[in-house]
Amino acid sequence: MEIVFYPVAAVAVIATLMVIVQTNPVHALLYLIVSLLAVALIFYLLGAPFAAALEVILYAGAILVLFVFVIMMLNVGADTIAAEHRLFHTGIWTGPLVLGVVLLAELVYVLMTVDVRTAGGAAVEAKAVAVALFGPYLLGVELASLLLLAGLVGAHHLGRGWNLDRSAGGGA
Amino acid sequence: MLSLPLFHTMALAGVLFVLGLIGVLVRRNLIFMLMSIEIMLNAAGLAFVAAGARWGAPDGQIMFLFIVAMAAAEVSVGLALVLQFYHRLKTLDTHAAGTLRG
Repeated sequence: MEIVFYPVAAVAVIATLMVIVQTNPVHALLYLIVSLLAVALIFYLLGAPFAAALEVILYAGAILVLFVFVIMMLNVGADTIAAEHRLFHTGIWTGPLVLGVVLLAELVYVLMTVDVRTAGGAAVEAKAVAVALFGPYLLGVELASLLLLAGLVGAHHLGRGWNLDRSAGGGA
Repeated sequence: MLSLPLFHTMALAGVLFVLGLIGVLVRRNLIFMLMSIEIMLNAAGLAFVAAGARWGAPDGQIMFLFIVAMAAAEVSVGLALVLQFYHRLKTLDTHAAGTLRG
């Protein structure tokens, strides 16, 4: 198993390093997605398939889409077409592509050779997580729902002010 | 299930966390600072899951769930603030907001 863990860890560290040294937000987002997928594979290796699925669906799927939307909203302008030509050349997407291919190869290898339920018997399945989550941690679930509601209200408040301001400025 | 010691996964989580911390400290673009905060939260979640897997307890994954919920709430408010910031100052440079108006 160590033969799988260390390349994935290297992919995660390299991708994270590329996130913080990139100058273009979209390229940094690509590397961040690769890093999150690598961490998801590590979760799977650690015997936490539920956390791995959540990492892919929520982190790489939902939270980073928010980043993509905001970057899209900030980049509207006349130079979008020229920027697209500048962005889409080979040197840009080879880095995430190579790291992603390494991840895919390891994922196929893991799925072919390892059964997470039988290898060692230490895997914590989604059922155990759910039993504990809605048992002793029920108050935490309620607090998390309140936190998400507060985030929803706060984001709506700030975003609505931005839209009203912009339409008012455009009208004037 | 992994036979490697807990130290290695914890070291990986520490490396990712420090990379995120460096990102917050050295970048001046608000979007990159938010991304670095996401990296740090993700590293903390990795530490929790690794510790939970070490003792075969579901508590680590539950803490990871809470971290994900917190990150979702944080990033929604944070990105709305980024939009406000860009609308008011026409830049994403945090140094542009260095002066208070009281």
